[in-house]
Amino acid sequence: MSEIISRESVESQQFAERPSIWKRLLRNPSVIIGGLLIAIIIAMVPAASLLTSLDPTEISPRNRNKEPGYTMTLRDDEGTRYKVIARMGTDKLGRDVYTRVVYGARVSLVVGVCVALTSVAVGLLLGLIAGYFRFADAIIMRIMDGLMAIPSILLAIALVSLSGASLLTVIMAIVIPEIPRVVRLVRSIVLTIREEPYVEAAISVGTPTPKILWRHVLPNTIAPLIVQGTFICGSAILLEAILSFLGVGIPPETPTWGNIMAEGRDLFQIYPHSIFYPGIFLTLTVLAINMLGDGLRDTIDPRMSKEI
Amino acid sequence: MWTYLLRRLLATIPVMLVVTVVVFLMLRLTPGDPAAIIAGDAATSEDIQQIREKLGLERPLLVQFGIYMQNILRGDFGDSFYYKRPVITMVADGLEPTLSLAVFTIVLACLIAVPLGTLAAYKSGSWLDRLVMGFSVIGFSVPVFVIGYLLIYTLSVKLEWFPVQGYQPIAEGITGWAYRLILPSSALSVIFIALIARMTRTSVLEVLNEDYVRTARAKGLSQFKILTRHALRNAAVPIVTIIGIAIAILVSGVVVTESVFVIPGLGSLTLDAIQGRDYPTVQALIILFSLFYVAINLVIDLLYTLLDPRIRY
Repeated sequence: MSEIISRESVESQQFAERPSIWKRLLRNPSVIIGGLLIAIIIAMVPAASLLTSLDPTEISPRNRNKEPGYTMTLRDDEGTRYKVIARMGTDKLGRDVYTRVVYGARVSLVVGVCVALTSVAVGLLLGLIAGYFRFADAIIMRIMDGLMAIPSILLAIALVSLSGASLLTVIMAIVIPEIPRVVRLVRSIVLTIREEPYVEAAISVGTPTPKILWRHVLPNTIAPLIVQGTFICGSAILLEAILSFLGVGIPPETPTWGNIMAEGRDLFQIYPHSIFYPGIFLTLTVLAINMLGDGLRDTIDPRMSKEI
Repeated sequence: MWTYLLRRLLATIPVMLVVTVVVFLMLRLTPGDPAAIIAGDAATSEDIQQIREKLGLERPLLVQFGIYMQNILRGDFGDSFYYKRPVITMVADGLEPTLSLAVFTIVLACLIAVPLGTLAAYKSGSWLDRLVMGFSVIGFSVPVFVIGYLLIYTLSVKLEWFPVQGYQPIAEGITGWAYRLILPSSALSVIFIALIARMTRTSVLEVLNEDYVRTARAKGLSQFKILTRHALRNAAVPIVTIIGIAIAILVSGVVVTESVFVIPGLGSLTLDAIQGRDYPTVQALIILFSLFYVAINLVIDLLYTLLDPRIRY
């Protein structure tokens, strides 16, 4: 008897001691480091005009290809001269690399967030349909298998080159190859959940299907989708940079990290700065997002952490 | 086994069908005349008319698809308007550099990652383990072109140990071929080392807790034998799976790496074709790369039976 009581009290104690999700997140070093780094990069977006006084697209032939630390002499609208230090040097058109890197954060973040939200939304819808309705399953999953077989980078460059380069087409071109991965994840969750006793009970008392999906199935997909969305955001930023770098992404005059690097390619051996600085920012951003994703997976979705 | 193989082969048909439909629709659904896009910017109106007739563009969409599938099944991907050559011969020319880069990279990645992951599992919790895990997080995040340029700048431009860029065919000497592949393969292999080392660590760690490993220890087997004979062999299925995934996603990396290191392979061909709006070539490359992906997946599934006799189909 006493044994049972003590076990119960231990269990209730364990239950009480299980910290809230926010506390667990704040104890995870990956979440803290990744989150802080991302916060700094997000802060660069509204603070861009505070961080630099220059225009990222302004060309200055006199200041072409200068090493980091060079003092540029520029003229403002009234013609008075002023000096600015090019902290990260200038590119082959005399634009300030630091300014372009600061403004480049905007494009990367917009692409990352838009791609993550869109592909999760579309993938969730298709995954719910495929998982819950048998007749749609075969069709949707065959299409998804086919899309998965096409290397994402090739699909993306083909789509961009056919529909013309713009921010919107780049986002669409990155979303399409990401959708199948979300659909597969959602479908596998739905297939497990619909076998659960509480869903069977809900079906047997005649709950309408939309209500079952909304009340019982959907909540179970949230945690894995937050994790998956984080990783998609990271890989979308990377893919956008690759597309720009290869010259098939966002138009070259727009400052994006990939575009800055693409312009630095010809003179890379003499002036490596216009490849390395945006490269460092790109790497840190993707690293931060991946660390956040790892941390989120370990804390809110422990089921997934057993797979890689 | 044979029925499984047959079923598995049949299952690839719908996948490839979807791929070809996607490629087919991509060109038809974009605004503009597909014949004009295929013919390229420098084409005359007779050229365009000729292509329109060849593809049957005046006929219903379903008939067009029939003609298109017929051509593909015969291996006829059309002529590149840019080089005025059959696409298939251009693909054949680019195959050697790309295969060299891909094979070199995967072999390098496996040779480094599998021992590293096994050691990390064996010494789990130690500084070595943390180093491997830390490296794998970073390895996932550094883009291949950043690593590529970093290697070129430090090892080629500054230290002059390696040639900056370029490729040497294997027929001109195997040492020169390997020498020029070291940098591009190292750059490309980082992400795969991260991927494979992580998976090796996880699966070896799981096996090391098994009873038969304890028995092996108890009978006095050396640690090396335990790790290779018992741990690695039983952890092989997930490791091979991840190597397969690595090979399948290698294509993206190859395109970027070939561009950075100026290697005249299929990746460079793809980019040239895209930039020149050489649509027949793009179409053929997408279909062939997808076929490669499907084939790799098939091979992995079949390897399972060899690696783990418990898996039967």
